[in-house]
Amino acid sequence: MTRGIYELTESFRIAFGQIRANAMRSVLTALGVIIGIVAVTLMGTAINGIDIGFNRSLALLGDDVLYVQRWPWRRVPDWWNYVNRPAIQVEQAERLNRIFEATPGSLLEVAVPVGARGTNVKAGDVKLGGVMLFGTNSDYSRIVTAEVAAGRLFTEFEANAGRSVCVLGSGVAENLFPGRPALGQTVDIRGQHFSVVGVLAKQGEFLGLFSFDNQIIVPLNAMRKLWGNRMDLQLRVKVTDKTKLTQAEEELTGAMRRVRGQLPAERDNFSINQQQAFKEQLDPVKTGIAVAGLFITGLSLFVGAIGIMNITFVSVKERTKEIGTRKALGARRRTILLQFLIEAVSICLIGGAVGLAITYVTCLGISGALPELPVEFSGSLMIVSMAVSILTGVISGFAPALGASRLDPVEALRYE
Amino acid sequence: MIAPLPPVATARSYRPPGSLVIRIEGVTKLYRMGAETVHALRGVNVEIRRNEYLAIMGPSGSGKSTLMNMLGCLDTPTGGRYDFNGKNVAHMVDDELAEIRNREIGFVFQTFNLLPRSDALHNVELPLVYAGVGPAERRERALEALKNVGLGDRVHHKPNELSGGQRQRVAIARALVNRPSILLADEPTGNLDSRTGEEIMALFEQLYDQGNTIIVVTHEEDIARHARRIVRLRDGLIERDERPGA
Ligand SMILES: Nc1ncnc2c1ncn2[C@@H]1O[C@H](COP(=O)(O)OP(=O)(O)O)[C@@H](O)[C@H]1O
Ligand SMILES: [Mg+2]
Repeated sequence: MTRGIYELTESFRIAFGQIRANAMRSVLTALGVIIGIVAVTLMGTAINGIDIGFNRSLALLGDDVLYVQRWPWRRVPDWWNYVNRPAIQVEQAERLNRIFEATPGSLLEVAVPVGARGTNVKAGDVKLGGVMLFGTNSDYSRIVTAEVAAGRLFTEFEANAGRSVCVLGSGVAENLFPGRPALGQTVDIRGQHFSVVGVLAKQGEFLGLFSFDNQIIVPLNAMRKLWGNRMDLQLRVKVTDKTKLTQAEEELTGAMRRVRGQLPAERDNFSINQQQAFKEQLDPVKTGIAVAGLFITGLSLFVGAIGIMNITFVSVKERTKEIGTRKALGARRRTILLQFLIEAVSICLIGGAVGLAITYVTCLGISGALPELPVEFSGSLMIVSMAVSILTGVISGFAPALGASRLDPVEALRYE
Repeated sequence: MIAPLPPVATARSYRPPGSLVIRIEGVTKLYRMGAETVHALRGVNVEIRRNEYLAIMGPSGSGKSTLMNMLGCLDTPTGGRYDFNGKNVAHMVDDELAEIRNREIGFVFQTFNLLPRSDALHNVELPLVYAGVGPAERRERALEALKNVGLGDRVHHKPNELSGGQRQRVAIARALVNRPSILLADEPTGNLDSRTGEEIMALFEQLYDQGNTIIVVTHEEDIARHARRIVRLRDGLIERDERPGA
């Protein structure tokens, strides 16, 4: 046991002596590992960032909100089964809420009707296209995921009366009223003047597809004055306990079928969506990106590993006579094996540490320059990449080290 | 009148032979080189006891190094029997042989075979590392061994900072540091000038007096003369086994 420790210390001593004596060669070999580790860890950070981004985006949908809609949040091959589903109605929200109240221990808190439509808006000379307009009632305050940065959401009275008031997403506010407060200004939506009563805090983008800040919220009744019923309506239902989403979804399905008066044999003529559905859709994509990315960057690490293997073969060849001498002095096979393995691992560890440092600095640089990007240099990444470095050393050093350990002592001593 | 100095031979000490260390019987060694087979040893019998100082003598290619590698457990015989300290070596596995080389045998090579980047002290410590001796004791014993070969003031010199004779002294200290049963030296003076060679042989004399068992391989009569017993090899066979003056 103690002998093992002494041999280990001796091996490290030899390894570092060897690296120092062949500095240039070691640096070049380590470079291969450095590049490999930088590539793999940057890819790991990117994948991690994508993951964080996904989760942030999903959080924007609210993790305690179920969406009742005509269409599910996934691709459906049998679209004809969906296209004729009846439209969602505001009254259904009211009836749902009555059912929730009447159900003891209901997992469902409130259903809020939300109408959505893309439109153009104007404020003075400034025009803004592709704005997402949401029409809803005052219960919206109970499901909103964004903070109200200035002003307020509209009141029950304003909602019911369909007053021309609006709450702006931070992006809309900045674009329409650059450099001045939006509160109290008016926005022209389809020729109708809406006065701004509130501005939401910045929320960010959803999977880079669209911005949650590019929205305007108005009373649903006001929106109906402009478009009638020609808009896509959904019900957002807040659950009381987000750990029981599945039961809540079941309860909501039952309640919705009751509201719709569906017969037991009938299939649901609505869909209930939640962020989990997105997750399930996105997870394979994420995994695909991760596998492909790690495979490609893994190739560069593989090239680095070949470099290590090569240098270890060279090292064994050069020191054949030394191996013979050590064997004559009583070094056993595993001692020699260990010695060359440690030499390979040491170069990999140095390469790994330098590579990790480069990745760290790069991450700092990126998050400094683009604070929105979710780059995170995690401790687990550090541990994993050091483990990968060690593994690379062991795998690539094994064949040459084994060869060295099996050298015939007499042959090795005769080697010139 | 001053009495003439007595000839070297008469100043020699003789220690009575002790227990049997080495016993080989009918040992053969074949080397196959493609279609050709070289009979390096053709059936050698020899017994070596503790406290012997023996020279293996013979012309180049007579099988001296082959025999010595065998004796040193670096190599195993093709045929015959080899008992080291009463144990048959022929069937030992690699690690067992390494153990014997580490504890029972001290090697001295013609080309010194020191680790070039390590100082004298670390070179001498090496067999102790493999024996599992702790750092403090290692250092102490290595220093003592170096002092014993007259290099107490050169312990931190690297091999390239030492003369040939000094390098061979380091190698001898290394060979003896683990207190082996026998010291095996293959042409230890082969890379040294004759004066330095004589100094090394004088050191061997001193080591013999200190109680070491020594086997020297050489093709030089002058070197062999220092031993108490000379085994003459020719073409892989023992030609003569003589004990001059005994
Ligand atoms: N590894 C080997 N392969 C083939 N032939 C060898 C090998 N080692 C020694 N020999 C042959 O065996 C014979 C004895 O060699 P060796 O023991 O080295 O002689 P010496 O040391 O007396 O000069 C020589 O003919 C040599 O060529
Ligand atoms: Mg020879």
